[in-house]
Amino acid sequence: MTTLLQRLIALLPPGRTLLDPAQLAAYESDGLTAFRSTPLGVVVPESQEEVIALVRFCHAEKLPFVARGSGTGLSGGSLPIAGGIVIALNRLNRILQVDPAQRIAVVEPGVVNLAVTAAARPYGLHFAPDPSSQSICTIGGNVAFNSGGAHCLKYGMTSNHVLGLKAVLATGEIVEFGGASREQVGPDWTGLFVGHEGLFGVVLEVTLQLLPAAETFHTVLAGYRSLEAAGDAVAAVIASGLLPGAIEIMDALALEAAVAAVHADYPPGSAAVLIVELEGPREVVAADLLRLDEILAASGAAEVRVARDAAERLAIWKGRKSAFSAVGRLSPDFIVQDGVVPRRRLGEALRRIGEMAAGSGVRVANVFHAGDGNLHPLIMYDGRIPDAFTRAEALAGKILRMCVEMGGSITGEHGVGAEKRDYMPEMFTADELDCLGRIRAAFDPLGIANPGKMFPSGEPPVMSLGQRGLHPLEQAGTISRE
Amino acid sequence: MNPGEVAKISSWDPSSTAELVEAVRAAKRVIAVGAQTKPRLSSVGSDVARISTAKLRGISEYEPSEFTFTAWAGTPVKEIATVLAERGQYLPFDPPLAETGATLAGTVAAGLSGPGRFRFGGLRDFILGVTLVDGTGRSLRLGGKVVKNAAGFDVPKFLVGSIGRFGIIAGLTLKVFPRARQTRTLSLEAEDSDALTAILTEAARTRWELDALELVPGEGRVMARLAGPESALDALAAEVLTRWPGRVLEQSAAHALWSALGEFRWAHPAGTLVKVVLAPAQVKQFVVWAEARSNVRSQVGSGGNVGYLSFPAGTASEKLPWPALTLRGVGPLWPGEKRAFAVMRAVKAALDPNGRFPDLDE
Ligand SMILES: Cc1cc2nc3c(=O)[nH]c(=O)nc-3n(C[C@H](O)[C@H](O)[C@H](O)COP(=O)(O)OP(=O)(O)OC[C@H]3O[C@@H](n4cnc5c(N)ncnc54)[C@H](O)[C@@H]3O)c2cc1C
Repeated sequence: MTTLLQRLIALLPPGRTLLDPAQLAAYESDGLTAFRSTPLGVVVPESQEEVIALVRFCHAEKLPFVARGSGTGLSGGSLPIAGGIVIALNRLNRILQVDPAQRIAVVEPGVVNLAVTAAARPYGLHFAPDPSSQSICTIGGNVAFNSGGAHCLKYGMTSNHVLGLKAVLATGEIVEFGGASREQVGPDWTGLFVGHEGLFGVVLEVTLQLLPAAETFHTVLAGYRSLEAAGDAVAAVIASGLLPGAIEIMDALALEAAVAAVHADYPPGSAAVLIVELEGPREVVAADLLRLDEILAASGAAEVRVARDAAERLAIWKGRKSAFSAVGRLSPDFIVQDGVVPRRRLGEALRRIGEMAAGSGVRVANVFHAGDGNLHPLIMYDGRIPDAFTRAEALAGKILRMCVEMGGSITGEHGVGAEKRDYMPEMFTADELDCLGRIRAAFDPLGIANPGKMFPSGEPPVMSLGQRGLHPLEQAGTISRE
Repeated sequence: MNPGEVAKISSWDPSSTAELVEAVRAAKRVIAVGAQTKPRLSSVGSDVARISTAKLRGISEYEPSEFTFTAWAGTPVKEIATVLAERGQYLPFDPPLAETGATLAGTVAAGLSGPGRFRFGGLRDFILGVTLVDGTGRSLRLGGKVVKNAAGFDVPKFLVGSIGRFGIIAGLTLKVFPRARQTRTLSLEAEDSDALTAILTEAARTRWELDALELVPGEGRVMARLAGPESALDALAAEVLTRWPGRVLEQSAAHALWSALGEFRWAHPAGTLVKVVLAPAQVKQFVVWAEARSNVRSQVGSGGNVGYLSFPAGTASEKLPWPALTLRGVGPLWPGEKRAFAVMRAVKAALDPNGRFPDLDE
């Protein structure tokens, strides 16, 4: 009789299976560092065939598994399952095809988001989804979470750019949905798969749509004396009929963090900064920017700065995209929330978050996709102080409830994962959760693919309140945040 | 069952979700029907009762500042377009058969997008939420009502193209966009099908960000649409016309052209209409295939990602080498190539455990 671990090790060539506690430590949590759990082992397959063999092994042995990309997820999606294995997909990182004529790329799941755009750029194309973590997060993670970014207003989420995929389901079945066409007949299986949070199986190959890179950008940064004024400016831009590529807001604390971290430069005395980006053919941008200028001039901005060249544009985005990591300068620990509210209620939502934060003595910085009503309150705490995490989590919960009550969502792009699963009943009735559960069971009748995520029932995730600081992979030097 | 009972259950027209739930529960086998603009999709056995969405009609919520609206299943898309236009907004994917009376849920269930899908994406890219009555007769609200939502599996997207086989849609929430102020329609000419398909491929990659790009094989021309602020369009149009010979159409002619495409007026009257899924690289093959058949009319849409074939009245499509769906007329529902995976049956059983709705193959 061999043991499960012996059989697992024998399955793949030597060196693929990591069992040493020191090696496993790097995989104990994802970007939600407050949650951690030690897996039985971590397997690092190098080919699609190896992944298929692994998943079929898990199915035969009823062994739970979690697929993992770069572990930058912020909701504990790739948190290991105790007694299960982690399938780490970073070595499945081949770009199989870039086809400029059809404007598609076919990639393996471990390919890093930004690498797709890098491969498309020589053809004047780009991959639109741009999460702030794009220099490290993988396409597999993007597909599992239907990740967003700063440009969702105009371009949508990951799902809007996935034309097809190949996956091995938790049953061991290999499926191929969609393909090189932007159209389909029959139900949208690809659409159902994107956002599955690792609960259907493991994605092996993804066909992505590429778009022509915008010819011209017009990126404006406006400083306001109050968050409300910035919010009103968003409403005015939307009402004007313009369709900017991005509309983002950072509040005073987030600005402070970005200044500390990347020496970002903002209009002095700003309580909030609004970033609006127009993009498109130069003739179109030239016309639209006149309207945008008028709107911002009338919006009571203390100062409006326009990026004069690519370097200034990048500097604006660097300040914005570094905001999460930058908050690490202000607080040893923080939770990022991801709730959505109807855009017209942004001002009200922010005011209530401020009041709730003050009431519970917790500091909250806000950076958000204002154009989508997608909030990202960064709830700061110090894990060394007893009770601090619990208070931060309680505040996070109140914010999520507020979002649902306002008609929004508990998550816009970070996924439910392990973190928000207990809030699913706030959004969905028992019947609706049952329906989602049945769909899950159709793909994974044994419940071995990433159990304990998304659905409120099941084993609670293992949590360590004392966990602090940088992501384990960051500590190990494997990843870094730009 | 005696004949009287058949008559009693054969059709329903609920006017609320509660009545819809009641109808689904009462029927052993049932399918939803809208305005019947794609009748082949619901032509299933006579043992299957019909639930008409005609009385589930109207826009229940519309917030222009949110870029979203929620409407009942049977709301004609034309009615929605009119209301959106009053606020300078639109459904960018140009829902087809709007003038013929297509309903919102029928468009979703059929999975149809028109020429405008080229620029910002198709129906699948604008659907946000759904109220669905599943096969167990439960009313479920899935997806969300805001433009961004990642909670739960994306069932609304799954339903695009699901032709009523997984549940009955009671209502839908969709995203909308502000409509560009002006458009220009260009007719581009080329000598042969090689040159025509080359225009499609090349134009799709340019800096112009075309709004629509369609190929009308029979007429040997490519139709391109630009949309944006007035001051930008003439310069862009002029540049397109330095690349290929052609002309800018008068607004009225342009309007008639897009309307004719959206309503399939080029197709055989009362003929068989088939939607074909194409990768841009297959356009050439599709055009050659269609041109080799004298009785077949065709159309290539969305920069070469979709094709439509029309056969004369009473003629079924032959077996096609691409994935395909018969929307109107006679012949098999799926005349093209089709993938089948075990999980597809499992998902059908998850949403419709008792087989209350017809099968995908029915
Ligand atoms: C600094 C920072 C900024 C961020 N900014 C954004 C942002 O702007 N927008 C945004 O949406 N997110 C953002 N995120 C969150 C995160 O980067 C995204 O969720 C990303 O898609 C996760 O990718 P990953 O490769 O790290 O996946 P992981 O975290 O490893 O996994 C995420 C989920 O995907 C599953 N998974 C991974 N690969 C596969 C596969 N091949 N098959 C099946 N399931 C798989 C995992 O099981 C898990 O459930 C940010 C995170 C950080 C740390």
